[in-house]
Amino acid sequence: MTAPLLVAHDLSRAFTSGRRRVAALDGVSLSIAPGETLGLVGGSGCGKSTLARVLTRLVPPESGSIAFMGDDWLALSGGRLRAARRHLQMVFQDPLAAFNPRATVGGVIADALRIHAVVPREKRRAEVGQLIERVGLPSGLEERSIRDISGGQRQRVAIARAIAVQPRLIVLDEAASALDVSVRGRILELLVDVQRETGVAYLFISHDLAVIRAVSHRIAVMAAGRIVEEGPAAAVIAAPASDTLRELIGAVPALKGNPQA
Amino acid sequence: MTMLASLTDLTVAYHRASPPSLSGVSLDIASGEILAIIGESGSGKSTLVRALAGLLPERARLSGAIGWPGLDGAPRAGRDIGYVFQDPGSSLNPVLTVGEQVGEGARRHLGLSRAAAEAEAARLLSRVHLPEPERLAHAYPHQLSGGQRQRVAIAGAIAARPRLLVADEVTSALDVVVQAAIVDLLVELVRADGMTLVFVTHDLALASGIADRLAVMAGGRLVELGPTAEVVAAPKAAETAALIAAHIDLATPPLVGGAP
Repeated sequence: MTAPLLVAHDLSRAFTSGRRRVAALDGVSLSIAPGETLGLVGGSGCGKSTLARVLTRLVPPESGSIAFMGDDWLALSGGRLRAARRHLQMVFQDPLAAFNPRATVGGVIADALRIHAVVPREKRRAEVGQLIERVGLPSGLEERSIRDISGGQRQRVAIARAIAVQPRLIVLDEAASALDVSVRGRILELLVDVQRETGVAYLFISHDLAVIRAVSHRIAVMAAGRIVEEGPAAAVIAAPASDTLRELIGAVPALKGNPQA
Repeated sequence: MTMLASLTDLTVAYHRASPPSLSGVSLDIASGEILAIIGESGSGKSTLVRALAGLLPERARLSGAIGWPGLDGAPRAGRDIGYVFQDPGSSLNPVLTVGEQVGEGARRHLGLSRAAAEAEAARLLSRVHLPEPERLAHAYPHQLSGGQRQRVAIAGAIAARPRLLVADEVTSALDVVVQAAIVDLLVELVRADGMTLVFVTHDLALASGIADRLAVMAGGRLVELGPTAEVVAAPKAAETAALIAAHIDLATPPLVGGAP
């Protein structure tokens, strides 16, 4: 067993809503190995997006620790934080909200290459072209505005931006949930291909257990700010131990009338 | 079986220059049936049901005919047709209490007094299985979860006891567990009241679980129509076959193996 890429220990974070304090994360621990996909599944409000934001340091936890690539991830600051951030990227559900609306396709990818000095300036243009091709976008899309392309294409640009900096881990928060089913299938295949090629690890967050199962090596189930169950994907779904997972399994719509089902 | 509505060669264009969003759709809707309209983004499914419910913007140009053999005359929006939208956060009025807006349909269309409408609102909220309906009637939409808000929107849509309920992507913003509960609720309500349900979704599997018939839309056209089991078992249109192929459930072979 190789050393884990990321280890989170006992993370907690509460938010105040009116006069109530709501524990979004309540003692969450997890680990992700290099090159693996950990699927995180749970209903709305279970804390999975808060966990994504804490792991990416968009929201500070109130307690707990995170080790990423052997460093104390929460203690990093300044230049060292910036250098380490390169290795932990994020893809959001709504790529339109995740990009500068005035940006061009080529621009957002080139920015990532420039900020993290991935390739020398003179090679940047060629690298952008290769990334666009890698994620299955037609060449010549570089000059297009991020608003002028379809939702599926935009999510491909978000993936290209994330893989541009050759990260070790990408957090995908409902990254396939807003897409049409045919587009969704191709995006999932792209993610799996990229992982095989580069050895990047994913934390794949979704409320959709069927999608999680399709792409994950291990699955963690979250409810009310806690991880209630975790294990290898096939084993967890074959023998659910928590009510939450049983409920999620029961809610997956099956195709009625399909002779293959 | 009696017919509620009949669409003949319905074509809708939003802009003069661009191709029509809906081209030549002919479709009969039977009284009391659950008809699912499925298709991907931009396939024309929302345009179809908006045309049916008379909710197209004024600039839209419509040709063809919509007949209502099952009604005494032209349908009245809200009275004969209840409509539930995708996002209850924007379809509900943020400054009215839940009870006021659920009761409004009953006051306006059934002529109930304010007090009677208030009691009716509480009854409707309990019909959509919201807890403590009397107390909840005084809450505002922002105080509820997404699933609860969608239940409120459904209660409002059925307040005037419409013949036809249109549910336009009502579950796409909800997580799968809440989604299943909302779908169960819709089926329960339309079966109990003998309503006709037109259920619009991009999720073929969800539709296949409840619909009597499936109508598959692609590129503004109706590409397939038939009983649910037949369409799923033996799709005739390539677009239907593609939707079936893209379906992922717990029996789909995973894309990754056991360990990296």
